[in-house]
Amino acid sequence: MTAPALQIAGDLRLGGQTLCPALNLTCPAAQWTVLLGPSGVGKSTLARMIADVPCPAHLTGGITASDGKPLDGRVILMAQTDQLLPWASVLDNVTLGARLRGQNPDRARALDLLNRVGLDGYATRRPATLSGGQRQRVALARTLMEDRPIVVMDEPFSALDAATRATMQDATATLLRGRTVILITHDPLEAARLAHHAHLMRTDGLHPLPLPATAPPRALSDPATLSAQADLYARLMQVPT
Amino acid sequence: MTRLLPGLAALAFALTLWQAIVWLTGVPHFILPGPARVGAALLNNAALLAQQAGFTLANLGMGLAAGITLGIASALNLAMSPAARVLLRPLMVFAQAVPVFALAPIVTLWLGYGAPSKIVMVALVTYFPVTSAFFDGLMRLPPILDDLTRQMQAKPLRRLMLVQLPHALPALGSGLRLAAVQAPFAVIIAEWVGASKGLGHLMLISNGRGQTDLMFAALILLASLSLMLFLAADRLARHWDRRV
Repeated sequence: MTAPALQIAGDLRLGGQTLCPALNLTCPAAQWTVLLGPSGVGKSTLARMIADVPCPAHLTGGITASDGKPLDGRVILMAQTDQLLPWASVLDNVTLGARLRGQNPDRARALDLLNRVGLDGYATRRPATLSGGQRQRVALARTLMEDRPIVVMDEPFSALDAATRATMQDATATLLRGRTVILITHDPLEAARLAHHAHLMRTDGLHPLPLPATAPPRALSDPATLSAQADLYARLMQVPT
Repeated sequence: MTRLLPGLAALAFALTLWQAIVWLTGVPHFILPGPARVGAALLNNAALLAQQAGFTLANLGMGLAAGITLGIASALNLAMSPAARVLLRPLMVFAQAVPVFALAPIVTLWLGYGAPSKIVMVALVTYFPVTSAFFDGLMRLPPILDDLTRQMQAKPLRRLMLVQLPHALPALGSGLRLAAVQAPFAVIIAEWVGASKGLGHLMLISNGRGQTDLMFAALILLASLSLMLFLAADRLARHWDRRV
């Protein structure tokens, strides 16, 4: 699988109102592009647009892949909620995509993915018996099962406790290697740890953010990560113009 | 056992109250028989009551089976087909506005005094709550699950069976509870309008003959049947509630 780069252009508009003007965003192939910003500027809306999930907003430009092929069926959205089916087992949740398309689910691959997200032996459990972090791991396995080159993540770890979140960030960075990832977050530390490229999304447009020169995922204890986090906090807290 | 005990206590209290009213007011037994008298009527007419209850219960069962099956099929069909929704939904709303019990004389006129009119009345009365509750449940998929099925490029029928249907089971359970409450009404009204057998028929006959104790015995039997029916539906509905 070769992941394409994404080009996003235009004004993000909702009704007559411009949420974010003059987007001109390139998300390089097989790298993590992080969009950081306050609530209400349309981060989640943009995530939904990239993933082609119905939403009331529209983009005056367009979203195109660098290989010129349509995006249809090549993007998967991982949402803040785990979207697990409560009546289905962990394994049935992971293989849901194939079953919904009427294909024969690859159980061996699903079990392998569960193993890789650290849920070995959980295949027959129901989601209600899992912790928040475990549920999000199931959602990650389900996302990986779809095997799409472009992954859009909309604050997937924001409901997790700090330690679980850090573990999930590491696991996700490893497991999504080679895919073009767009991560929406309002956590500066998450951006500092995971981003190849980060942008601050505000009502006046996108602003590129400085990051450490090292490759993500960056260690929590690395002073460069922490100083990048502090810098991102400062920029996030500036009064928007 | 701990759940049974309060129920038995309440029953004993009700029976005591009933007997007390009979004693204190000195009301004649052909107006209000006491519990002992009704109990005796139950035992003395056990064979007759069982026979009549069997007829009523069989019609109730067949009517429920038909109404529920058709209701589930209709809801699935409506959920799958936008054309069916456009054509049939207004019709269903109109049909629900008609008091179905008022149709009993017409149904009896068309189908006669035998079992078919009872079965059709029960089916009619259960069909609408089952259809509308289940259909609502099927259509009210939470947006997050709707997003998910779109992302996975689900085939409509697969989406229906794997996501919409399991999600709608609690709603179907509510419909079944309603159906279980309404169905005994329907069968009794159909028997009152015209029948030659059944508990409702027996109540009319014994009332006419001044056998009030037998009428109460039939009523108690009917109430027990309704209660058991409701408990069965409730048990199923609770089971589904727990899964979602």
